[in-house]
Amino acid sequence: MIYSNAAIWTIIIAVGIGTYLIRFSFIGTIGRARLPVWAMRLLRYTPVAVIPGLIAPMVLWPTATGGEPDPARIAAAFAAAVLGIVTKNVIIAVLGGAATLYLMLYLFG
Amino acid sequence: MTAATTKSDFWRGLRDGSPFILAVMPFGLLFGALATEAGLDFFQVMSMSILVIAGAAQFTALAQMQDAAPVALVVAAALMVNMRMAMYSASLAPHLGAAPLWQRAVAAYILVDNTYAVAISEYERNPENSSRRKVAYYFGSAVPSWVFWYFSTFLGAYLGQSIPPEWALDFAVPIAFIAIFAPLLRTIAHVAAALTSIIIALFLAFLPYSIGLFIAAGLAMVVGAEVERRTMAGAS
Repeated sequence: MIYSNAAIWTIIIAVGIGTYLIRFSFIGTIGRARLPVWAMRLLRYTPVAVIPGLIAPMVLWPTATGGEPDPARIAAAFAAAVLGIVTKNVIIAVLGGAATLYLMLYLFG
Repeated sequence: MTAATTKSDFWRGLRDGSPFILAVMPFGLLFGALATEAGLDFFQVMSMSILVIAGAAQFTALAQMQDAAPVALVVAAALMVNMRMAMYSASLAPHLGAAPLWQRAVAAYILVDNTYAVAISEYERNPENSSRRKVAYYFGSAVPSWVFWYFSTFLGAYLGQSIPPEWALDFAVPIAFIAIFAPLLRTIAHVAAALTSIIIALFLAFLPYSIGLFIAAGLAMVVGAEVERRTMAGAS
């Protein structure tokens, strides 16, 4: 890890305080005020807008292989996605993805 | 309104929140192990779980750090993932808004996806309950996820030091993320947002400091919201 201790603590504390302020925003201050419909609508999509974009490059160009596309990791990601969408079950998706990764690494790694 | 009802609301919340222990444990373990492996010391790993208590944001920060992003962009990406909690906060405010400030301050601290989902469906079932009863239920529903998030992080950080590299744990973050979010792709709007995010992030991956991610996420939110607006308008 390239970060100094001070940098790591800055990250931890800033994310901690920022997250708390987001959580506290409406419960804590405005009380009964409401967000406009369009804002609620936009916020509803934050996780699904951030996470896929964050992980797609990690799946296609993993650091562990020096950025070379790796069939085992792509297959594992695909398996986890399909199982997650079909079963709606987080545990099954994780186990299926991990099993695919290990099987592929064992067969072709 | 007696103390006994408030107490039973707490226990009812605790019972309804308990199944989430099974969902929290694996991710806490994984976060503890991966963060330790990435070079954070034990105290830092625990501090993060205690200060942030938000799995997705913690994994996001970790992924950005493994990508050597500048500190400000590590923080920005993690907070962006947590922006959804403003929506939770806004939608819980009418139910908890009458509670004393210290209770709302604690309630904000333990507001996570699980707590929100359990509490809001209870309030939709029993909207006429007093805010004292609603707060009691809320705390009950939050306790299992809260306590087990600390505990599993602790365990993961402790065990993580002895995990061999052949386990390819580097890939646990993408798998965990996919597993958390694939079940959330319930509507065409969610799918549209996810696809927008993936395509633009890959297309802009050449930009330094994950700048492409922020552009992709911003556009994906707009696409998700717009698709929702149109499909809802079509349905009614």
